[in-house]
Amino acid sequence: MTFTYFLELLINGALTGLMYSLVALGIVLIYKSAGVPNLAQGAMVMLAAYLAWMFTTMMGIPLYVSIALSVVAMFLFGLLAERVLLRRMVGQPIIMIVMLTLGLEIFLRGLAPGVLGSSPKSLELGIGLAPLIVGDIFINRAYLVGAIVALVLIGLSLLFFRTHLGTKLRAVSDDHISSWSVGISVERAIGISWGLAGISAVAAGVLWGSVQGVDWTLSSLLFPAIAVVILGGLDSIWGVLVGGLIVGILGSVIPGVLDPIVGGGTRNVVTSLVILLTILVRPHGIFGREDIERV
Amino acid sequence: MFYRLSGVHHTRYQSARQLWPIPADRRIVWGLLALALLGPLILSDLYLSSYALPWLVWTAAALSLTLLMGVAGQLHFGFAAVMAIGAYTSIHIVRAGWPFEIALIGAGLTTAVIGCVFGAAALRVKGLYLVMATLAMQYLVDWVIINVPAISGGAQATLQTPDVRFLFVPLESDISLYYGALLWTVIVTVFVLNIKRTSFGRALVAVRDKDYAASIIGVNSFKYKLLAFFTSSFLGGVSGAILAFCYYQAVTPEQFGFNVSIQLVAMVLVGGLGSVVGAYLGAGFVLLAPIFLTNFVAFLSNQGLLDVSTNLLSHIPLMAYGALIIGFLLFEPLGLAKIYDNIRNYFLVWPFRHSRS
Repeated sequence: MTFTYFLELLINGALTGLMYSLVALGIVLIYKSAGVPNLAQGAMVMLAAYLAWMFTTMMGIPLYVSIALSVVAMFLFGLLAERVLLRRMVGQPIIMIVMLTLGLEIFLRGLAPGVLGSSPKSLELGIGLAPLIVGDIFINRAYLVGAIVALVLIGLSLLFFRTHLGTKLRAVSDDHISSWSVGISVERAIGISWGLAGISAVAAGVLWGSVQGVDWTLSSLLFPAIAVVILGGLDSIWGVLVGGLIVGILGSVIPGVLDPIVGGGTRNVVTSLVILLTILVRPHGIFGREDIERV
Repeated sequence: MFYRLSGVHHTRYQSARQLWPIPADRRIVWGLLALALLGPLILSDLYLSSYALPWLVWTAAALSLTLLMGVAGQLHFGFAAVMAIGAYTSIHIVRAGWPFEIALIGAGLTTAVIGCVFGAAALRVKGLYLVMATLAMQYLVDWVIINVPAISGGAQATLQTPDVRFLFVPLESDISLYYGALLWTVIVTVFVLNIKRTSFGRALVAVRDKDYAASIIGVNSFKYKLLAFFTSSFLGGVSGAILAFCYYQAVTPEQFGFNVSIQLVAMVLVGGLGSVVGAYLGAGFVLLAPIFLTNFVAFLSNQGLLDVSTNLLSHIPLMAYGALIIGFLLFEPLGLAKIYDNIRNYFLVWPFRHSRS
């Protein structure tokens, strides 16, 4: 393997990893405030992509307007999901909450392709297919745009947690009861975090939809996103950035070396191993907060 | 009235401690068993082999999982991989020329040993992290099965199950397959019912409720967590083998994918965690409700009453199944077993309103 090929795998892997971070960001936003692991984030990404496709292709609305419409729709969807489903589950054991989000995932995976058609659809963003050539290295232009959007959104989330509303959300993530006692509406804060996760799902859905087409397979982005959040720490925005880079690079370089030898499919294995090793060595991830359990 | 309690006086501990102390319960159980034994006479071949048989086998699998998730409290999102190990092991043992009975036991033991590796994660983490760890192992097992030709018989291959005889009866006709599945399900049912009454079962419950507290009163929580994984994987592995031999009769890795794991967890949760009745009801509900709903909608659209595209129709099972999980978790978190229990409690004291338990 030449050094250039290695570098190409490295850079494209890092860019893909940043696009995984885009999916993972939604999971972290929700976990940080509500303590709920949202396994429906992959399906929300798919739903957002379907919505954007529906607005542009079926209704003929210009791209940027339809993205704005999808943002509004997904924000409302997030609020609705929290109000109707998750709020009733407060205080239930974690298995119930995990299964509820999985149920939502399965339901959305049936609903969106069922109503809007299951064949893959293309979502044209006008990025262009020609790779960017730097020296001898080919860089995928769509991934580059995705990575930049991911960096911008991660930066915005970091800034957001310094605003007035963001401070409230941080307080909620620390302790629900003391937040209530100082007059913060915990319900509204959690609802907003679901809405924000919906918005990040639009970014992820539109970008991934333009890369690999809009169909139900977008929901399987959940798996690398889980690896990203477990590795980075479930409640850390920085963790999303670092975890995304690591998962992306490992998921690109290792299959690049091993796939010709063992015959394909090692990317999922790398992702699984990242999850397993993180959990066995450091369950709370690189930047996550370690929960101390009291008897 | 139906569950008459008057006149039921237990004068010996033995009779008070039996599985079903109330005679009406016993009668119901014997009645259901008789119905199950007469199944081939009552049901047509189609219903027998495509509804009753899978229901029984999936019930056995759900019972194995409920032992782990409900009784021992260890979450497991990779149980389909456990069943896959059992299915593939049993086929390879039979192909190597050993009898089917030994293949089943061998499949169970192999699965139990590998299942303990899943459990190793449980020794360190619990709750959400255990879910993620077992989910990752599901993908690893899938990948190993697909990519090792010695196991799967090459990529994209389908492995036919050889013809076997169980206790000198050839497993060929629909009826013998049905009885084979029924026998295994009854064995698992009796096992899980009784395990709750042993010291082993009580230790598992103690570990489930609080593992620290269990250690303090002298229950070795490491040992019992691993034993829970061992036992449940053994049962799951044999169930996987029975599923392969009695129902699918050919195995591919896709039959044991991640979605199947979710389906099993859904069966356990819809039925009610840790409940034996719940495993039966949950398996039946999760398997059959989406099919019946789809058939119903297809019937309506054939009659011209409802305009449904074929695309939407093909996605109805998925939607129904997701909505089912959400609905049960929201409105009856204790599952179908709780609904059954409510009805039973109502009839226990029938003309009156309130029962003590």
